[in-house]
Amino acid sequence: MFTDDAGKGGISAGGPGNSENSTRRTGGDLVQLITPAGERISHPEFDPWLQDVSDEQLGSLYEDMVVIRRIDAEATALQRQGELALWPPLLGQEASQIGSARALRDDDFVFPSYRDNGVAYCRGVKVEDLVRAWRGNASAGWDPFTVNVATQQIIIGAQSLHATGYAMGIQNDGADCVAVAYFGDGATSEGDVNEAMVFAASFQAPVVFICQNNHWAISEPVRLQSHIQLADRASGFGIPSMRVDGNDVLAVMAATRIALDRARHGGGPTFIEAVTYRMGPHTTADDPTRYRDANELEDWAAKDPISRVKSLLDRKGLLTADLEAAVAAKADAVAKELRAGTINMPEPQPLDIFKHVYSTPNSWLDRQQDHYSRYLASFGDPAEAASEEGAR
Amino acid sequence: MIKEFRLPDLGEGLTESEIVAWKVAVGDTVTLNQIIAEVETAKAVVELPSPFAGVVAALHEQPGTVVEVGKPIVSFEIEDDGAGDSGGGAGTAVGAGAVAAAKREPNLVGYGAVLEASGRPARRTRTFAAPAAASPVAPAEPVAPVRAAEPLESKVVETAPGERPRSTPPVRKLAKDLGVDLEAVTGTGEHGLITREDVLNFVGGGDLTAAAQELAGAPAQSVGAQSVGRVPAGGERETRTPIKGVRKFTAAAMVASAFTAPHVTEFLTVDVTPTMELLARLKASRAFAGYKLTPLTLVSKAVLIALRNHPTLNARWDEANQEIVQFNYVNLGIAAATPRGLTVPNIKDADRMSLMELSTALTELTDTARAGKTGTEALSGGTISITNIGVFGIDAGTPILNPGEAAILALGAVRKMPWEYQDEVALRQVMTLSLSFDHRLVDGEQGSRFLQDLGTMLADPGMVLAMV
Repeated sequence: MFTDDAGKGGISAGGPGNSENSTRRTGGDLVQLITPAGERISHPEFDPWLQDVSDEQLGSLYEDMVVIRRIDAEATALQRQGELALWPPLLGQEASQIGSARALRDDDFVFPSYRDNGVAYCRGVKVEDLVRAWRGNASAGWDPFTVNVATQQIIIGAQSLHATGYAMGIQNDGADCVAVAYFGDGATSEGDVNEAMVFAASFQAPVVFICQNNHWAISEPVRLQSHIQLADRASGFGIPSMRVDGNDVLAVMAATRIALDRARHGGGPTFIEAVTYRMGPHTTADDPTRYRDANELEDWAAKDPISRVKSLLDRKGLLTADLEAAVAAKADAVAKELRAGTINMPEPQPLDIFKHVYSTPNSWLDRQQDHYSRYLASFGDPAEAASEEGAR
Repeated sequence: MIKEFRLPDLGEGLTESEIVAWKVAVGDTVTLNQIIAEVETAKAVVELPSPFAGVVAALHEQPGTVVEVGKPIVSFEIEDDGAGDSGGGAGTAVGAGAVAAAKREPNLVGYGAVLEASGRPARRTRTFAAPAAASPVAPAEPVAPVRAAEPLESKVVETAPGERPRSTPPVRKLAKDLGVDLEAVTGTGEHGLITREDVLNFVGGGDLTAAAQELAGAPAQSVGAQSVGRVPAGGERETRTPIKGVRKFTAAAMVASAFTAPHVTEFLTVDVTPTMELLARLKASRAFAGYKLTPLTLVSKAVLIALRNHPTLNARWDEANQEIVQFNYVNLGIAAATPRGLTVPNIKDADRMSLMELSTALTELTDTARAGKTGTEALSGGTISITNIGVFGIDAGTPILNPGEAAILALGAVRKMPWEYQDEVALRQVMTLSLSFDHRLVDGEQGSRFLQDLGTMLADPGMVLAMV
């Protein structure tokens, strides 16, 4: 039941601004708009949401996917070279991340998991900021309010609560932006995600739950976690859901747009299950060959999210040498930027830990800072002491 | 210029990795991120991408070597501008990071913690009174810091530069409340961590003042790398020995065996008086003059004979290939206590040996093992083992299988015991056989019949005529 018999019809996910009843249906067959061979399948309910996706935009989706894969590969290499403590690869999940993130509006707010570096990249997070925390140089890589992306959540599923709370705030403000929570298949078994869905449904909060079902919660296969499709879990909360091919950038984008539109217009939460596959390890400290079948990886390699867009571009005659060269150049440049940014990243200073505790002055903290400064000064040369401490 | 690549911590807190294979050779030109090696950590086999573009100048470690995190593994000859594919300055920066790593021992990123020489992490001395003597560059250099807050005013000479004993805040609080100087407490926790119990034991253990005075007068050379406990007249209360060598190997083998092969142990107590009589006759015989015959010799022979009818005990479970390997030969392992620890050398093709040959082989094997000279050849390829715990006066045990083998027999001590003999109680020579076998390979019936045959032969050696 968890095989991805792609393209078997659609679900009632709703057209633009209508068919309120049909949007309440949940789960159903996997929606696919681009086959693994690169063939574009028409879909009566999803297609209207993609009418504005021009050839040029298709090319730019392709570019983003290639670039984020390259960022991911470079970061993995940097970990192997001792420059990062850890890295959670997203290989295979590019379409789920790029397709959904590119559907967002700037004022929407994203609550990502640790693996959603493609989403963060699309939102404008600088590449070296993606690795700042993984290098151990900061507890968070970026200011969430400059890019409307919360810092990456390590605790499985906790961000779904933050997203729901934020969405309730949006409701309170009467705004029409949307909070988006990204999490994985394993998170749907967590209390936090279930509680978030209860609240989201109760308050009809403008939140979209994007579940990238990559089939593995570290070493736990999704089939052990759920005896129904993950999308169908949402119906228990009264939340409409869609189940889309997560390796199909257009299907993910259309589904996200449908869900966002619903949220903006007071329709409440939506759950999207993007069925994809984590082709790499859980993190660089994991060895997936110990628990999963090589054949499975091979099956999914045949459904690669990037190669199918490439094939589609080719079929449309859009895969020019210029496009390929431009995309490759961009990927190279970004990888170079990431490497240089990582290696040359300044180390944090000991007193930096006082910087992000309170936004306003706090006498008790000042006292602690004073004590700590004097402690550091006791090492003799303060600069030396500072750099020594900073290295720890 | 030459750049070194130091082995990074590849998986969240690993201290070492094994070089599985090099993918490049000295003189090869490599590009940035080209895979240069395969490395196995405790967690995974991973490929190492080159951090530089350049020419491989040296490979510092051989495949199969376990390398500590932070040790250089490859040197690259890099063009001086350090550019390569890595972008302006990036290559140089890696090098700078490496130099800094050697000096500063960062422990999360960069090149990982340099393994400390002692059981505790090296920490810098706080320079209250002493000059800035404590250079973190030389953690092995002894310094004698004067501590500001030493409750007992004992001046402990340390080998590591002013490192604080490892403990937890509640334990430090407890120690402070009790007036205990943690420097004087031996930690029994992980990596020498001082636990609550250690502090309480220390307090309960004797006169603090006396201990402190003793410490203050203790000669520097008596202070080891570990946290120094009270040094009563009898010496240290504990000795901590790194787990390595044969002990480490034995432990790994035992754990692997105990947790992969489901063990069953059966016992049989046998009246071996007839065997002992036979042994006495053989020893007295001219044919065996000069041969060293022991109960082990005869039991070994009996095992080899019994195996002919019960070959399933001479087999191996091949998990990787999902096959059962039936050995059509017997390499008989004999557990031997050696100066280096337990080893199980084996006698190749023991099943083809006459009793004399077997006797000679056993003598050689034990002599070599006791001298600590057993070669690796003799230690590999065993198919079944015997352990003679009787020599220690022990009756029975539940031996753990030598990894990869299906059975192991423990011989108990031969004792004179009141025993049933011809329907009366008589003083007989009795021995208990303990047979452990891998229940994946050997059913209870097979194991039991093997043991029964063995018992029959030892109780009545003449029965061999009925078995071969």
